[in-house]
Amino acid sequence: MIKFQNVTKIYQENIIVLQDVSFEIKEGEFVSIVGKSGAGKTTLIRMILGLEFPTYGEVFFDGESVSKANSKILQKIRRKIGSVYQDYRLLPAKTVYENVAYIMEVEGKENEEIEVEVPRVLEIIGLGDKMNNFPRELSGGEQQRLSIARALVNHPAVIIADEPTGNLDPYNTYEVISLLEKINKSGKTVVLSTHNREIVNKLGKRVITIENGIIIRDEERGRFII
Amino acid sequence: MFTNLKRVFNFALVDFFRNKGISIAAIFVLTTTILLITGLFFMHGVSNFLISTIQNKIDITAYFKADVPEQDILNAKDEILKISSEVKNVEYISKEDALYDFTQKHGDDPTISGALQEVGGNPFLPSLNIIMASGASGYEKVATILQGDQFIDLIEKVDFSQKKVTIEKIFSISATINKFGLILAVILFLVAIVVVFNTIKLAINGSREEITTMRIVGASSWFIKSPFIIQGAMFGFVSFIICFFVTFILAFLVSSSVEIIMPGFNLFKYFTSNIFIIILIQLGFGVAMGVVSSFIVVNKYLKV
Repeated sequence: MIKFQNVTKIYQENIIVLQDVSFEIKEGEFVSIVGKSGAGKTTLIRMILGLEFPTYGEVFFDGESVSKANSKILQKIRRKIGSVYQDYRLLPAKTVYENVAYIMEVEGKENEEIEVEVPRVLEIIGLGDKMNNFPRELSGGEQQRLSIARALVNHPAVIIADEPTGNLDPYNTYEVISLLEKINKSGKTVVLSTHNREIVNKLGKRVITIENGIIIRDEERGRFII
Repeated sequence: MFTNLKRVFNFALVDFFRNKGISIAAIFVLTTTILLITGLFFMHGVSNFLISTIQNKIDITAYFKADVPEQDILNAKDEILKISSEVKNVEYISKEDALYDFTQKHGDDPTISGALQEVGGNPFLPSLNIIMASGASGYEKVATILQGDQFIDLIEKVDFSQKKVTIEKIFSISATINKFGLILAVILFLVAIVVVFNTIKLAINGSREEITTMRIVGASSWFIKSPFIIQGAMFGFVSFIICFFVTFILAFLVSSSVEIIMPGFNLFKYFTSNIFIIILIQLGFGVAMGVVSSFIVVNKYLKV
């Protein structure tokens, strides 16, 4: 589903962020990408979404080269991915309902479908009673749940979560990770980037460890070892 | 397609009212700049009026010999009108009219009346007063023809050489005023563009992260861009409505005061007779600036 083929990313002044990175994520997998801050996790995630492009090598999504994709194809790829970020990346001027509905509107879904699906997803995620609130009126945990609702509403094939628990307390961290596990159990691929040792060790899923831009470990039932 | 169009209009409308502070700031700046440009248009009208008033006071006079029959002078008048399309007006003043005008003007002055009686009869010559539509060179051209062979038997003298310096000075001042006005207008227009562009940029700047997020979730460029562009057009349209009414009210209220300073120039009449140009300037500038600025700014932020 996602394939990195000898990917190297060099920023200006010869700063090497990723070096000859190769791996493949299959459909339905739950993969944690771990490493210290600055190891290259976020660059790797951004490459899947086509927000950064490799200096050398190629990134594939569903057999399509992300690095060579034009804006139309990139748009298509991004719609197949639900993304969750540490800073939530919500639309501050839109209400909770509108934030989720926007994703369906982007896809050109009918209003009738949106009116049914958005409240349903918000109920599942526990934000059914906050549909008319703005993101600034929500707690950190609620904002992250909203961003997960947004990532889920279009039934994407993959959920990418970049440090989703970075700003959350232990209780909300547990809730978010449980949600991601449930999403994975429903058959979706989940890519989680984190530096939270406890989460990774508890999950007992595949772990790719990056250090200084190089993959040093890729284990099926891995642990956080740096 | 229609659903999406409805959606982007709805986004624009909702954001317009939700971000009241930004909308008010953008409309305020646009209104101020549109008023400035409208002011420039009125200044153009005023300066044109003043220049043409002064230029209409300039003429040259061709004095005919005392024994030239009136019909010959009228024929000469027709000939002069044919010389050039730049001849705006030619007025015939007979000997009798000249004397009448003189006595009307100086009848109360006993010295001048006495002098006139001493001369005896009517000392004035019949003449043609010529007003040109063009500059000093036009007067020179006509004066040269009048002093040439064609009219040598009819014309006693042409007073161009006495008036030459004054005519040249007035036309040179008019040209300077026009040139200075144009430069000032261009500078103010450019300043207005820069100010409006930066205001729209500031208004959209707050949505920079939002635009990136929209891009990440797979929204197409036009789906992201359109609400901002529509909002820019809305800023321009609302500013136009405000400016139009402000201009209307100001022109109505100030008109009589302006007419006291500049007799013959009715500001409100100038407004009504140029209403379509004013609408075009205000609406065109407002909407075009709103749309173009939004387009450029969003495009810059869309490069994700």
